[in-house]
Amino acid sequence: MQVKSMAEYAANGEMPEVLFWVGCAGSFDQRAQKITKAFAMILDKVGVKFAVLGKEEMCTGDPARRAGNEFLFQMMAYNNIQTLNGYGIKKIVTACPHCFNTLKNEYPALGGEYEVIHHTTFLQGLINEGKITMKGGGTFKGKKITYHDSCYLGRGNNIYEAPREVLEAMDVELIEMKRCRTNGLCCGAGGAQMFKEEEKGTTRVNFERSEEAVATGATVIAANCPFCTTMLSDGLKNQEKEDDVQVLDIAEIVAQSME
Amino acid sequence: MFLTQKPVFSNLVKVTHMQYIPQILFIIISGVSIYLFAKKVGEIRRNILLGRDEDLTDNSKERWKNMVLLALGQKKMFKRPVPAILHLFVYLGFVIINIEILEIILDGILGQHRLFVPLLGQKLYSVLIGCFEILAALVLIGCVIFLIRRNIVKIPRLIQGELKGWPKNDANIILITEVILMGLFLAMNTADLVLQSRGVEHYTLTEQFWISGNLTSIFSGLSNEALIAIERGGWWLHIIGVLAFMNYLPYSKHFHILLAFPNAYYMRLKNQGEAENMEDIQKEVLYMMEPEKAPTDAAPAEAPRFGAKDVTDLSWKNLMDAYACTECGRCTANCPANQTGKALSPRKIMMDTRDRLEEVGANINKNKEFVDDGKTLVHDYISVEELRACTTCQACVEACPVSIDPLNIIYQLRRYLIMEESNSPEEWNMMFGNVETSMSPWKFSPDDRDKWVQEMAEA
Ligand code: SF4
Ligand code: SF4
Repeated sequence: MQVKSMAEYAANGEMPEVLFWVGCAGSFDQRAQKITKAFAMILDKVGVKFAVLGKEEMCTGDPARRAGNEFLFQMMAYNNIQTLNGYGIKKIVTACPHCFNTLKNEYPALGGEYEVIHHTTFLQGLINEGKITMKGGGTFKGKKITYHDSCYLGRGNNIYEAPREVLEAMDVELIEMKRCRTNGLCCGAGGAQMFKEEEKGTTRVNFERSEEAVATGATVIAANCPFCTTMLSDGLKNQEKEDDVQVLDIAEIVAQSME
Repeated sequence: MFLTQKPVFSNLVKVTHMQYIPQILFIIISGVSIYLFAKKVGEIRRNILLGRDEDLTDNSKERWKNMVLLALGQKKMFKRPVPAILHLFVYLGFVIINIEILEIILDGILGQHRLFVPLLGQKLYSVLIGCFEILAALVLIGCVIFLIRRNIVKIPRLIQGELKGWPKNDANIILITEVILMGLFLAMNTADLVLQSRGVEHYTLTEQFWISGNLTSIFSGLSNEALIAIERGGWWLHIIGVLAFMNYLPYSKHFHILLAFPNAYYMRLKNQGEAENMEDIQKEVLYMMEPEKAPTDAAPAEAPRFGAKDVTDLSWKNLMDAYACTECGRCTANCPANQTGKALSPRKIMMDTRDRLEEVGANINKNKEFVDDGKTLVHDYISVEELRACTTCQACVEACPVSIDPLNIIYQLRRYLIMEESNSPEEWNMMFGNVETSMSPWKFSPDDRDKWVQEMAEA
């Protein structure tokens, strides 16, 4: 399958329908690359004309900003906005809620105004338009799945229903954890915690959260964020539950269910 | 000498000046109370305005809506229905019974008794007082349950570390005061009804009140003098209690009764995920990248401090938040760091901010202007360890019933640590370095960013 870069589109004088912002985790992290590929495959299958920035994409600056390094954040934002505006990008989809939040909420004040969509909302749109059809009843039909709200999609941007509607369209049995939606418990990665040891405590946030997820009896934890996916997988390993329970991104669940 | 006598003109010559003593006393006590209250509120206002500017006046329609829903309607409280309903009783009781205070104050000034009876008519007046009594009883029950939750059941968020000492006493003092005030109100009405039934002079006839009407048998064995003492004693203690309560408010977490309203009005309307932009740094980066845009004539401005080291670096809204905090701990109970035993507690962030601000205020009162005391909010009140534990998950912001944003303060303190003190864990320094040189927080080659594209092409 061919994924075209923005530079290639521009060279042909063409514009894609949407730019797929992959993000650093989605580009480099082995686990997250699978999510990236799954989402790209879905876009390709349903015939969405999309591009990636490829080597021109840079970190949005989110981890630097959350840690307190505003200089570095502003540098990264400046460069990315130059690139995006240079190509005249109007519409962006991304599979990372941190990139989503930064591009959607924080770049406009710096001169980067785009329509930014999280991939779960995008998938919900495709399903509503009837562009995604399930094979058989869907691979996950009747399976017990629990959904983990990421902080930056949920509380950060009030998107709680789109991912759930996608899961319901896959005919799964959705079981909620007690701490869900606005009360959802963090996976422990945000605020640049992903890049350092946790502070001293009685347990780790990802252990606490994955225990709660396992307690629902679900065999799949559905996530919408590459960082949550990593944190929850590590939490499962700690409980030695990695053979019984899987962490999957919504895009992977859709990709596996499609015709 | 009691306040029940209405001087009649023809008697006036015979009336000694003694007659007016209760009225004069009442006016003095009220005047002093109101003056002291206004003075303290003025100080708090001054302290809040020590914060830097932040414009939060856009979209006034949305803001009024927030104030009605969040402050008046207490929308967020209803995430936990049991405390929400009890709190609603206490709150409604507090607000509505204060209408009765209006009568008490007018009676006090004019030397009358139950001034509103002739104005409203016996029937309506008695129904109104009956309603107040029911509210008073609900307040009483609510406060007793709250005391039990705090001191016997020991709900975790109500007994955590940062509440030791004054905050714990503060909560109990208020609850006990409320119980006493409501008890006095009911006792006063009961004694009044018995005195009415005996036709004692000056006790304006009303109908039976709904609650005290059932309690009269308790007092029926007492003499008129004893009953008058209870009624008058209840009346005085009630009004003195209310005035004392008013003066206690600004020193207590109960100031939220007032500040919840402006705090909801001025809350930030952005998506919670959005961090505050630092325009100074935005401009600095712009001028660095595009030097031709830099102003040439501007005098080199004094380098501003990046982030917040002390309370005066925070915005006025952060400081108002600190005074509005009810110390309820909903933020901390939802904080992932706190739930997993880290030192961070968003409630403590708010309490520390208020304590430090009060300290700065006292310093200004004493020295006319702030004299350096060698202390700062970071380090002396809030530790680096606390700040580093935050995942910026916004659970605290979401949970707060009075529209407080502890995360906004955490961000500013972190910015100070990183940009002014270069106080950062080694792993973060590495992450910063990677972002700068490899354009990603990990040390991967930027050339591999689209390796997955090739892999897909080959697959
Ligand atoms: S944003 Fe920080 S302080 Fe607030 S709840 Fe989350 S981790 Fe705790
Ligand atoms: S910040 Fe809000 S939620 Fe936290 S203790 Fe204060 S009032 Fe309660």
